[in-house]
Parts: sequence; structure tokens; C-alpha cells
Amino acid sequence: MTMLHTVNKSPFEKDSLTSCLRLSEDGSTILLIEDAIYAALEGTTISDSIKEALKTKKVFALQEDINARGVKNKVIDGIEQVDYAGFVKLVTEHDTVQSWV
Amino acid sequence: MSEVKKFLYVNRRAPYGTIYAWESLEVILIGAAFDQDVTLAFVDDGVFQLVKDHDTAGIGMKNFTPTYGALGDYDINKIYVEKESLEARGLTIDDLQHLIWEDEDEDWAEKDSIKVVTSSELAKLMGQQDVVLSF
Repeated sequence: MTMLHTVNKSPFEKDSLTSCLRLSEDGSTILLIEDAIYAALEGTTISDSIKEALKTKKVFALQEDINARGVKNKVIDGIEQVDYAGFVKLVTEHDTVQSWV
Repeated sequence: MSEVKKFLYVNRRAPYGTIYAWESLEVILIGAAFDQDVTLAFVDDGVFQLVKDHDTAGIGMKNFTPTYGALGDYDINKIYVEKESLEARGLTIDDLQHLIWEDEDEDWAEKDSIKVVTSSELAKLMGQQDVVLSF
């Protein structure tokens, strides 16, 4: 079973991402969308926990949401950016999707 | 017109994910027509509203952030950004739009509208207001 976790809330405002990181298995995939793309930024209070997750999980972030928020030059190395088509591809590649709304 | 009151708009939400940021800006612009003493504060995720170079074409939403650049023309030139909020998000003032206003008392000299302040400075500022509107 492979699972895709999507997170759409800012990690500075809600604990959705923290819960996702705690409750997702090694080898699973996390996709950051909407306000959750702020978790992908370098130099924040969240950066270390994402970097730790990158050791055992794949982390993606939605390019369109990154560009909308003007932060494309700040994304942590190792986080892969995908567009909407890539989002769909990720969904088809995994058995289940869990949305941490 | 009755006495001028001190209005503070507190912005704490990131743009686009929710409508708060845009709604706040709409209210600020409407309020500007009433000749009150207006101050804006950007704290927590609200600091993301002022980040420059937004490109919203991909998400199909209007980029409303160029409107912040017009605030100076509405005599809104006291814009405070909390230092602690910037630092927690890996941002500096250089990541933000450069907002200016023209001082008519000094031959329309261009001056910076944004001031980065500490939590305690901002707390003091909040204590001086007549009306606080939070978004």
C-alpha cells in the first residue's frame, strides 16, 4: 500500500503538517498544496522538520501555489515541485490519498 | 465629520488560501475614504501578504497584492510588520514589496511606509488605538 498525503494548511497556523509527519509511514509521499507550500521554505521554524522527513519520505510541493505566493526562490533542496498534471499523476500512482485538511 | 479616531487593521492570514487578506484590503480601502487615522499591522502569516513578485496565473485567482502599492496615495503610510513573524518564516524586509508614500510637507519626498517592529513595540502601538479590526 502506498499512500499520498496532501496538506493544504499553513504550518504556522495549524498543526495539520505536524500530524501528517507524525502519522505517515516511511516511504509514503507528502504533497504540499495551497497555504501548506509555506512548509517548503528554507530558513523557517518548520524547515528542520521537513528536512528530517525528507530522509524517509518523498515531499512534493505544487508549483502553481509556490509561484502565486512569490516564494519560488526559497524552496528547500530535495523538495520536488510538481504542476497540476504532476498532482494528478501522483494521485494515480498511489493506492490511497489522505487529505490533512 | 466627528472626531478622527485611530483605526488599526491587524492582518494575520496568508493570502489566497483564505479570503481574509483580500477582504481586509477591501475594508482598508473603503475605510480610507472616511479620513480616519489608519495604521496597518502585519503579523503571523499576514507577513506573507506583503511578499513581492506574486504570480497567480497558475491558480486562476486575482493577484491583489499590487494594490498595497497604492495605499500611500490613500494617505495610509503607517504599515508595521512584526520582526518576530518575519524571522520565524525565514523572511527579511528585502522579501517584501517596497511601499512608499509622498510627504507633502517635505516637497513630496518619497518615504518608506513599512516599518519592521518588535513584538513589544507592536503591543504598545495596539494599546494606543481607538478601534482594532482583526483579519
